[in-house]
Amino acid sequence: MNIAIIKYNAGNIMSVDYALQRLGIQAEVTSDKDKILSADKVIFPGVGEASTTMNFLRAENLDKLIESLKQPVLGICLGMQLMCSHSEEGNTPCLGIFDEKVKLFNPKPGEENITKVPHMGWNALHSLKSKLFDGLCGGDYVYFVHSFYAAVGSHTNAICDYILPFSAALKKNNFYATQFHPEKSGPVGARILQNFIEKC
Amino acid sequence: MLAKRIIPCLDVKNGMTVKGVNFVNIREVGDAVELGAEYARQGADELVFLDITASHEGRKTFVDLVKRIALNLNIPFTVGGGISDISDIEALLSAGADKVSINSAAIRNPNLIDQMAKNFGSQFVVVAIDAREENNTWTAYVNGGRIPTEKELFTWAKEAEARGAGEILFTSMNHDGTKNGFACNALAKLSESLSIPVIASGGAGNMEHFEEVFTKGKADAGLAASIFHYKEITVPQLKNYLNEKGINVRF
Repeated sequence: MNIAIIKYNAGNIMSVDYALQRLGIQAEVTSDKDKILSADKVIFPGVGEASTTMNFLRAENLDKLIESLKQPVLGICLGMQLMCSHSEEGNTPCLGIFDEKVKLFNPKPGEENITKVPHMGWNALHSLKSKLFDGLCGGDYVYFVHSFYAAVGSHTNAICDYILPFSAALKKNNFYATQFHPEKSGPVGARILQNFIEKC
Repeated sequence: MLAKRIIPCLDVKNGMTVKGVNFVNIREVGDAVELGAEYARQGADELVFLDITASHEGRKTFVDLVKRIALNLNIPFTVGGGISDISDIEALLSAGADKVSINSAAIRNPNLIDQMAKNFGSQFVVVAIDAREENNTWTAYVNGGRIPTEKELFTWAKEAEARGAGEILFTSMNHDGTKNGFACNALAKLSESLSIPVIASGGAGNMEHFEEVFTKGKADAGLAASIFHYKEITVPQLKNYLNEKGINVRF
């Protein structure tokens, strides 16, 4: 199986490759359009700022490429946010694969422990749907680091509660996405990555 | 609900982890990659690796070590120690570090925080502050706690946040190595004055101290070294204890 990890101007891309290596899965980190188009599975990871990254994707024509992919695609963290319709981070239109909009967490002062932004650390998932979560039953902890979130909408496939319920995962057709980092989420995250490779 | 994090800290010298008590009397305790992976298996939520090697050769070894850690570890980790410029930081990030902590360099050149946040995002930037309380004033120190500075803990932490720090790692030099508990009053004040997470460090001696640091100290994460390295407390033991006390931890 050919697995392509899209290489672009975002951080933490190698972490996904390392996580797959720990599962004995060989992937290629590449920005080569033909390799991405012909891969059996594509992973679109990333940590960074939305508008800067969107500008980069547009300049490289990677925006059109990602939208056009027909094989299973997994967006992670910023990858997921960029697959939404719009992000408040730099007020940028995004790829529009999912209708959901990305907003800045608005902490409620005075309420203990839910006032910190970024949402950083381990939080529990619930309302799980899709094969990505096969073998998990909700209540599983995964690792998040983000200040912006996608609201709950029709494509929501997992929910996490922080300040408010938000989309921890989205799915539409062949497009899967997680706000959390499966590559950093211990055995639960490894299971999710393995599910994407083997079952999606 | 967001879980409180338990973070073992590994001081690294030439690839081996060591622990200093009150910043002196250093002794070796184990291989950094093996120890890190073992903590991850036990349920540690995150790890911090601090490079205490001074030499240039040692620094290069550390970058290689960070790559080995990234390959073997399935939880997030922060690296720090002696980091002074953007090129150091880039090397550590491309080796696979999730976060980089800066301490003395941030005090000497606060712009480094802005630069890091702009280039890599706030989530990469941990500002570590070693501070000592004297006459009711918390003073930040540099060079591994050897040199006092003009910076006062709370104003400096606020400034670091404004410049783009994603987390504050506060070590109380009064408490570090004593095993008498964390600096809960200062931690609570810090946590309430900031909107970014606070990692508490210095003073952990028993499981009650962790309960206290999350309740009274309002910390988001508790960091410790020797009690884990010498197996005085194991991570699963600690998490079970905290869970029984009604503190949300991850299993």
